[in-house]
Amino acid sequence: MDAPRANLPPLSLHVPEPKFRPGDEADFSDVDVPPAGSARRPDSAAPADSFHELAYTLIRVLDDSGQAVGPWNPRLDPEALRKMLRSMAMVRAFDERMFRAQRQGKTSFYMKSTGEEAVSVAATMALAADDMCFPSYRQQGILITRGYPLVTMMNQIYSNKGDPLQGRQLPIMYSAKDHGFFSISGNLATQYPQAVGWAMASAAKGDTRIAATWCGEGSTAEGDFHSAMTFATVYKAPVILNVVNNQWAISSFSGFAGAEATTFAARAVGYGIAGLRVDGNDALAVYAATQWAAERARTNQGPTLIEHFTYRAEGHSTSDDASAYRSAGEPNAWPLGDPVRRLKEHLIALGEWDEERHAAQDLELAEEVKRAQKEAEKNGVLGHGMHQPFETMFEGVFEEMPWHLKEQSEQMIAERKAAGI
Amino acid sequence: MNMIQAINSAMDVMMARDPDVVVMGEDVGYFGGVFRATAGLQTKYGKTRVFDTPITEIGIIGVAIGMGAYGLRPVPEIQFADYIYPALDQLVSEAARLRYRSAADFTAPITVRSPFGGGIFGGQTHSQSPEGIFTHVSGIKTVIPSNPYDAKGLLISAIEDNDPTLFFEPKRIYNGPFDGHYDRPSKNWSNHPLGEVPEGYYKIPLGKAATVRAGEAVTILCYGTMVHVVANTIEEMQVDAEIIDLRTLVPLDIKAIEQSVKKTGRCLIVHEATRTGGFGAELSALVQERCFYHLEAPIERVTGFDTPYPHSLEWAYFPGPVRIGEALKKLLKD
Repeated sequence: MDAPRANLPPLSLHVPEPKFRPGDEADFSDVDVPPAGSARRPDSAAPADSFHELAYTLIRVLDDSGQAVGPWNPRLDPEALRKMLRSMAMVRAFDERMFRAQRQGKTSFYMKSTGEEAVSVAATMALAADDMCFPSYRQQGILITRGYPLVTMMNQIYSNKGDPLQGRQLPIMYSAKDHGFFSISGNLATQYPQAVGWAMASAAKGDTRIAATWCGEGSTAEGDFHSAMTFATVYKAPVILNVVNNQWAISSFSGFAGAEATTFAARAVGYGIAGLRVDGNDALAVYAATQWAAERARTNQGPTLIEHFTYRAEGHSTSDDASAYRSAGEPNAWPLGDPVRRLKEHLIALGEWDEERHAAQDLELAEEVKRAQKEAEKNGVLGHGMHQPFETMFEGVFEEMPWHLKEQSEQMIAERKAAGI
Repeated sequence: MNMIQAINSAMDVMMARDPDVVVMGEDVGYFGGVFRATAGLQTKYGKTRVFDTPITEIGIIGVAIGMGAYGLRPVPEIQFADYIYPALDQLVSEAARLRYRSAADFTAPITVRSPFGGGIFGGQTHSQSPEGIFTHVSGIKTVIPSNPYDAKGLLISAIEDNDPTLFFEPKRIYNGPFDGHYDRPSKNWSNHPLGEVPEGYYKIPLGKAATVRAGEAVTILCYGTMVHVVANTIEEMQVDAEIIDLRTLVPLDIKAIEQSVKKTGRCLIVHEATRTGGFGAELSALVQERCFYHLEAPIERVTGFDTPYPHSLEWAYFPGPVRIGEALKKLLKD
């Protein structure tokens, strides 16, 4: 076959490739990390198109010496800072313990949020306790910050007798309406338009509560994300749209969601939404950005998209082996450091904390988690016996059970009886 | 009232009764909907309760779910059922499962209205009957009225229902019955037995079929536009058929089906949706499981074909009197 228009160069398809693979030495020197305090802080009532540069820079508060600097410094009192640190350390302790529980065969699945603790904890502290959160699966920090019982979280993870979700959901897919925590879906970004809808309803009813939602950078590629952005901007919904850019969507690096071309915060620009890009490992920056966005939402200025630039220090889940697709050196080479350590150093720099107290707190948290685990395991662990009566499988599909489910339930009970089970 | 007016009246009645009922969708606000189903509602109830939306079905349903989770009762419109597919994930994975997966911590009490079915020369993208996709899903109800009186009573029930409900409106009979003949006008609602629709509140329960005509020779299971085509056909053929209008597919009125088939011993299933894996297959299996020893002939199905809806050959695709007639002859031959 003759090549048509043979005088033109052939086209070529660009397929993104991460900079480092297993065996490569990770080098993040090309990641632009502007100095802490260098981003301006507009008035929360400023029009969205007057601070576009905030979607392309990185809002940072904590500098390398542990000082909080610049206009975004939320000036939290030491008590609040210690609570923030404690919640973040608790998330880490909880993750450690539950990760091991999965490895011991006590549950099927777990997802750690190591390295991303600030994203959920600091944001939650900047929200009101009754604002509604529509999380993705790595924001266990919301529940922990809001004081949800650890034992109940573990009961859910174990799908045991005490599981409020009756063993129907994957571990870590919590639901806690009374703690402003929406039921987690495994389908990505579906919570985005739902959060916008909740916020619109709140606005339509003249309520004062706002909504916040989180998704990973990978799932910004989903249609739900863009539909949600359209609805959010059209109706000026009082919602905070968080994108947790932790660089990896299972084994796909952020380039497959478009990160080579622009930032995720810049998605806001095209929609006329306020966009902020923050250092997601800087708890104070996360707090300040969320507080600012919440103020915007509460004063009917509309939605804010916040990109949290962070790094998933561990695998995607217990079913994932990150060493098979990325450089082992990446987590340590990550230029924004560890969020827990950075907040700890800030408190120490303030003279409000020290290494001894920190070590003692870590021990205390590990003990608390361990105690909760023992308590939860009294209700059983996954795979050790049946924790929910069979009939519950058929309940709650509808408010009232229709005939076909009743029949299927009765049939199953009869079959088991006949089989002598 | 025609069916459009009855549907409008149902929303009007419910919006007046319950301040949490909101109506949303493309063109439903100022304009009142491309079929005028929501005409006048925005003027009466304001823009925060009746509003136009961007053209994103996934967004319309996702946002409605969030509003439902807040405590409202959204009635989103998908302008044509053919466009429900972009919203499939929100309906199937989210609305249908929210109650179950959260152990009723959250629910999605939404009623999705959508005109469906052919008979208006709408081509491939304005004629489909996607109900079978949803009846296959656990946790979502499917309602299909066949006349104005039922449409209003069923829609009121759907809006009051705490589960997500799909309300498919047979658009061919929005303005009057359709006898299946493309070469002559059908009768009007005014001389139809269910043409009279009360102004106020009344309900028709979900899960209850209607026996449109009692008969002894054969049971015909159908819904929507097909109820009229079937009724006209048996009148023309002088067949003593029992016509069951299913009205809701999920939950299904199995008792009505069973009783009728056991009485007549023959069963014809008629729907417009494509045949393979359609709801007719489920009906056929149920009748076989429950009424096998009463059957005097194999169950027959008259359905749309397993092709996309052809524009110019719509009259041949549509299960009309000829095809229904041939099936009846086969069923009744001995």
